[in-house]
Amino acid sequence: MRRFSWFNATALTLGFAFLYVPMLILIVYSFNESRLVTVWAGFSTRWYGELFQDQAFLDAAWVTLRVAFVSSTLATVLGTMAAYVLVRGGKFLGRTLFSGMIYAPLVMPEVITGLSLLLLFISIGLDRGIFTIILAHTTFSMCYVSVVVSSRLVGFDRSVEEAALDLGCTPFDAFRSVTLPLIAPAVIAGWLLAFTLSLDDLVIASFTAGPSATTLPIKIFSSVRLGVSPEINALSTILILLVTIGVISASLVSKRRIVQQKRDEQMAEQAA
Amino acid sequence: MNLARRTLIGIPYLWLLLLFLVPFGIILKISLSDVTLAIPPYTPTLDLTEGWSGIRAFLRGLDWENYVFLTEDDLYWKAYLSSLKIALISTFFTLCVGYPIAYGMARAAPEWRPTLMMLVILPFWTSFLIRVYAWIGILSSEGYLNQFLQWIGLISEPLQIMNTPTAVYIGIVYTYLPFMILPIYATLDRMDESLLEAAEDLGCSRLSAFWMVTFPLSRSGIIAGCFLVFIPAIGEFVIPSLLGGSSTLMIGKVLWEEFFSNRDWPVASAVAIILLLILVIPIILFQKNQEKEQEADA
Amino acid sequence: MKPAVKPAAVFAPWEDENETPLIRFDGVTKRFGDFTAIDNVDLSIHRKEFYALLGPSGCGKTTLMRMLAGFEAPSEGTITIGGQDMKGIPPNRREVNMMFQSYALFPHLSVWDNIAFGLRRSDMPKDQIGERVKEMLRLTRLEQFARRKPHQISGGQRQRVALARALAKAPKLLLLDEPLGALDAKLRQDTQFELMDIQEKTETTFVIVTHDQEEAMTVASRVAVMDNGKVIQVDTPPRIYENPKSVYVADFIGDVNLIEGRATLKDAGLASLTWAEGAPEIIATAGEGLVNGAKATFAVRPEKVAISAERPDDRNNVVHGRIHDIAYLGNLSTYHVEIAGGQIIKAQTANNRRLSRRSFTWEDEVWLSWTDTAGLVLAG
Repeated sequence: MRRFSWFNATALTLGFAFLYVPMLILIVYSFNESRLVTVWAGFSTRWYGELFQDQAFLDAAWVTLRVAFVSSTLATVLGTMAAYVLVRGGKFLGRTLFSGMIYAPLVMPEVITGLSLLLLFISIGLDRGIFTIILAHTTFSMCYVSVVVSSRLVGFDRSVEEAALDLGCTPFDAFRSVTLPLIAPAVIAGWLLAFTLSLDDLVIASFTAGPSATTLPIKIFSSVRLGVSPEINALSTILILLVTIGVISASLVSKRRIVQQKRDEQMAEQAA
Repeated sequence: MNLARRTLIGIPYLWLLLLFLVPFGIILKISLSDVTLAIPPYTPTLDLTEGWSGIRAFLRGLDWENYVFLTEDDLYWKAYLSSLKIALISTFFTLCVGYPIAYGMARAAPEWRPTLMMLVILPFWTSFLIRVYAWIGILSSEGYLNQFLQWIGLISEPLQIMNTPTAVYIGIVYTYLPFMILPIYATLDRMDESLLEAAEDLGCSRLSAFWMVTFPLSRSGIIAGCFLVFIPAIGEFVIPSLLGGSSTLMIGKVLWEEFFSNRDWPVASAVAIILLLILVIPIILFQKNQEKEQEADA
Repeated sequence: MKPAVKPAAVFAPWEDENETPLIRFDGVTKRFGDFTAIDNVDLSIHRKEFYALLGPSGCGKTTLMRMLAGFEAPSEGTITIGGQDMKGIPPNRREVNMMFQSYALFPHLSVWDNIAFGLRRSDMPKDQIGERVKEMLRLTRLEQFARRKPHQISGGQRQRVALARALAKAPKLLLLDEPLGALDAKLRQDTQFELMDIQEKTETTFVIVTHDQEEAMTVASRVAVMDNGKVIQVDTPPRIYENPKSVYVADFIGDVNLIEGRATLKDAGLASLTWAEGAPEIIATAGEGLVNGAKATFAVRPEKVAISAERPDDRNNVVHGRIHDIAYLGNLSTYHVEIAGGQIIKAQTANNRRLSRRSFTWEDEVWLSWTDTAGLVLAG
């Protein structure tokens, strides 16, 4: 019997209230009629309307989506390669340095990563803009992708790859027809992670964006510095709901798959 | 080593060398340079067209001046100390809030656990900036918290929480909570429950069984969680600049202002280098803890 | 069909000087860093053989097999298959297939696609692939599971898919790495005979790695006993059991009584062992390389030791003792008898009749005896 006590119930209730109440308040007040965000003045979707009229926000959102899409795709390719090299690559010159460079960006303060990349772009004379943000985001998110993918690679039975080689695959063919389908969930998760990291990043984008490109977080930051604004509440609500829908549907899909798999396995053993 | 393998290793390797390692070399170089009113705003710049004499002239131009400056102006070492203090205190609070949640999750019915897990991870996918922003409306002097406290009659004057270190603690605890919960939950979830039964069978009360069995066994999760909060909190920029106001000093904010407002690139670089050196110690300790845990698993 | 009853004259290519073996290991050594996994091994395996590599875990048997498959390269020495030096040939270009211990079925592919996987990577025409897969499904009795995914079938069925997949390309050599390790005892026995059946039908050379001596004895035409990276003895199962060349092999295969002492060589291939003050010496067949007067060990199987209440007078080897323990195994009973000097000797009798009471019980005084050729005096 599990020890589920009042203490645990209270801890969970208070804990999740702490995590979710601030976001709920944000969502509720995004439908507030008044511009004074802390005073409730009746239900309205007015701020959503204003948000979608604000060209600066729409432009920033478009820039952000493009950056996120390109950088997460690049990061997924590079991160998967890096993970494969780390887990299956064996020994090579500078392996320690390589794994160090994979893990270091995960703990590096964003201000330092941002500053160092900016100084690089300036010293090689690269004009700052969307392209430099993409380079910067690809660099740090490929490390996250590689961590996600390598944990999956470590987790699965190496002999499956050996079986493919044994049955006549070249190493590349084995990767494509066996390894890749098996790590696909991790690769997709890595892509999603890279995408959200890019959508979310303020500090590194601020350093590497230059005056010509503004991303959504930069825009949000400059406007919330002046205090709470109802348009930002509306925007936050949209983003929170998108993420919630995404995470819930992803977990439902994976849960269904696990349940189905368990049922299949039970049936197979009973039939035997 | 064949060509395919070389390419596979080479591409991510080169990418990281160029966009991760080389930039650090540049920071290091600029931290040893002097500030000027030019673009780029520092000298000397390395001119490879002049060959060896160019490199020599470049090396002669480097000095420790900026680091000396950091020690002379007490703004900087106060900012470092205050960052460490804020990170330490908020890590402690995050542990106090996170442990009961992780414990409650690990003891919840198995069919509930995936849902609880998802509820912890969900905020992690939600924009960090927005989660910090949410607290501005709550903590400000006419915010929801003050309104609520005045409404129930607990206080008559609004509390000043916004723009104080307290707001920064709250912000850090709130945003980094999943990083504390997940590793602790992982160790608690792995724990064999019959150990507790054995402890009670041998005469422990529930509370002493917790202190003598559960808590020590979750230690590696606690250590991992604390580092995962402490390390990024030191260099945090968004939280102090949105919630801390001008009264909280944190090094990430100082660096940002040095760079964007004062445009003093050499000093900003020196600040970054010192911050890195400070971070190396907890990062190495964290690595050691992870390795030890992996060995224990194997 | 146990190999023990196989007519040895019909299939014993290793005894024919003119036969060239399919596989040869010449002075093969494999090191991983400081650790020597395989130490200067010479082996030859013949066509259509069912060859077992037997030994405790860590003895190097799996490394030996992985070198045949091409996953490891020898540090020294050469491996030839069908006369061709295998150096530098990657696994995908070897006519060798392997059945993995974990089966290593592709979880994202159906049973059909798993079996067809290797064929699609050969130059076989598409229509023949279908035929071949069907044939394999029939051989392994998996026809009705062709569309299922690996997680939708039972452990025993998975084992057969792995076998079918490895056999589909009709390899010169099939390697089986602990193929039955994941099955329960009952299923394992049935599957052993199935394996032998399939091996005979397909006429493929099988090399099996196992730590289970019963399995090796059941399926193999010859068994190579390994220890610490060395091959200790290669022989047919009956010879391994009846004529072990060393104490290690005698002890590893089956149950054995060991008595240490000093050997004296005698006529007619016999030797005697002096083993305790005042005890009569033991007469037995002399093992290979036995040196007069050197340290030696007498080995005798429990089922060759007779137990009786009266002293038998027709045998040279007779010792007196007291029953210390009895293990009743249903078909057999094993008596642990303590003899002079505190040594325990096991004697086994078949329970041919249903007895209402055992003929001997604890603390009974008994006589143990065996013939001159029942045991071996082995060097060391």
